[in-house]
Amino acid sequence: MTGRGDEEAIEASGRRARGELESAVLAALWGADGPRTAREVREQLPGDLAYTTVLTILSRLHDKGMLVRHREGRGYAYEPARDEASHTAQRMHSLLTGGSDREAVLARFVSELSEQDEHLLQQLLSGHDDMPPESRRPPGKR
Amino acid sequence: MLISVYIPFLVTAALAVLARPVAHRLPPRPAALALACAALVTAAGWAGSLALLAFTGVAQIPQIAEEGRWSVSALRSQDPVYAVVAAVSTLVLAVCVVSFGVAAVRQGRHLLRARRECAGLPGHTELAVLDDDVPLAFALPGAPGRIVVSRGMLRRLGDAEREALLAHERAHLRGRHHVFQSVWRLTAALNPLLRPVAVAGNFVLERWADEEAAERVGDRTVVAHAVGRAALASAGASRPAVLAATGGVVPQRVRALLAPPPARRSLPLLAGGLLLAVCCASLANAASDSDRMLDSAQWALCGAHADTTTAAPTDHDDTPAHGPDGCCAHPDRPEHGARHV
Repeated sequence: MTGRGDEEAIEASGRRARGELESAVLAALWGADGPRTAREVREQLPGDLAYTTVLTILSRLHDKGMLVRHREGRGYAYEPARDEASHTAQRMHSLLTGGSDREAVLARFVSELSEQDEHLLQQLLSGHDDMPPESRRPPGKR
Repeated sequence: MLISVYIPFLVTAALAVLARPVAHRLPPRPAALALACAALVTAAGWAGSLALLAFTGVAQIPQIAEEGRWSVSALRSQDPVYAVVAAVSTLVLAVCVVSFGVAAVRQGRHLLRARRECAGLPGHTELAVLDDDVPLAFALPGAPGRIVVSRGMLRRLGDAEREALLAHERAHLRGRHHVFQSVWRLTAALNPLLRPVAVAGNFVLERWADEEAAERVGDRTVVAHAVGRAALASAGASRPAVLAATGGVVPQRVRALLAPPPARRSLPLLAGGLLLAVCCASLANAASDSDRMLDSAQWALCGAHADTTTAAPTDHDDTPAHGPDGCCAHPDRPEHGARHV
């Protein structure tokens, strides 16, 4: 009984990990400024993913209709299926701007900046850009 | 009753003052849990105290006293609460309950709409990308929740920063942060004194997601840069007029990420727990006092009845402790039913 529970847990975590990888691949392709081959996508992704894993995810996303691909050499180059005509973006903007308590249930990545915040932020970030890259990682990395 | 009924107000006020330092000094996850817990307990304490105060006034209305079978004069003679205080409490309680109801309906509607939009987003992936140049990113709660990011945002971030953004939004969804948001929103609607707690709470949720992203990415600076760069990119896109009040959150997050992670501290949590325990205990004390007061007022009326020997007919059947003369079933006296059997 516990064995089955474990299997289910592993299966669930596997599904979750797959979902996260799909997100990472999608984000990488939307962030790129042109089609990318599986090898190029793999270089963009964090961690050391197997080439075949990336290939599997790319073809799955393609099957879902979220990517388009064309032949490049012996493989394919992928890019996101554009969606400019749809109303999704408008709907999402209206979700954010509707009413006084618009952010009642949404967690936005960043809130608006005042002019003062903007200067402060630029200072904070540039202060750290000057640091040598090795000192950036905290010593007690978990 | 004289003092204990007001203690929940004091605890609430203390919490409103302490929320901000707690949010900035404690590790975000325990801070969020503590603030949610504190908001729930103090909101209940606030409503309970107001209800007790209001009740002392309402109970002296003759019609209600008749219904409850207690003596108005006896109640008035021992009541430590001024009539004005009771009247104001009644009014405040009514306003707060209405405001809570309105907020609950609105929050429920927001959650439903978010859920609907979640299901309506194209694709069945965790991430839904908006084909839009305006930088935008948020977590949309639903079943399951989705991460919504615009193309404009993704193109402005580096590879590692994109990972940080996804990890941040994922932390919101996985931690069910919309439940925390709802708790703070509704408790602040019930008790306006809790508004600072809601503000501090929302800041803490962002910090929580930041810290989880930092752990996931393995580099706090990358997350700091992702937050900073996303904020600077969004600032160019829109700058609403109401900034002074809510400003400063992003620089604070970036600064916290550039510093070492906050140390675990249990003393403030213990102190907070003690404060909440005091709040509950004093409310319970006030409630039992008011109960006792009412009991003796019922007794006073009973005594009056006995004097005029207008014994009610129920005196002759076997149903003690309720009915018109139920008040006479006092533990100190011989059992009411037993006398007649």
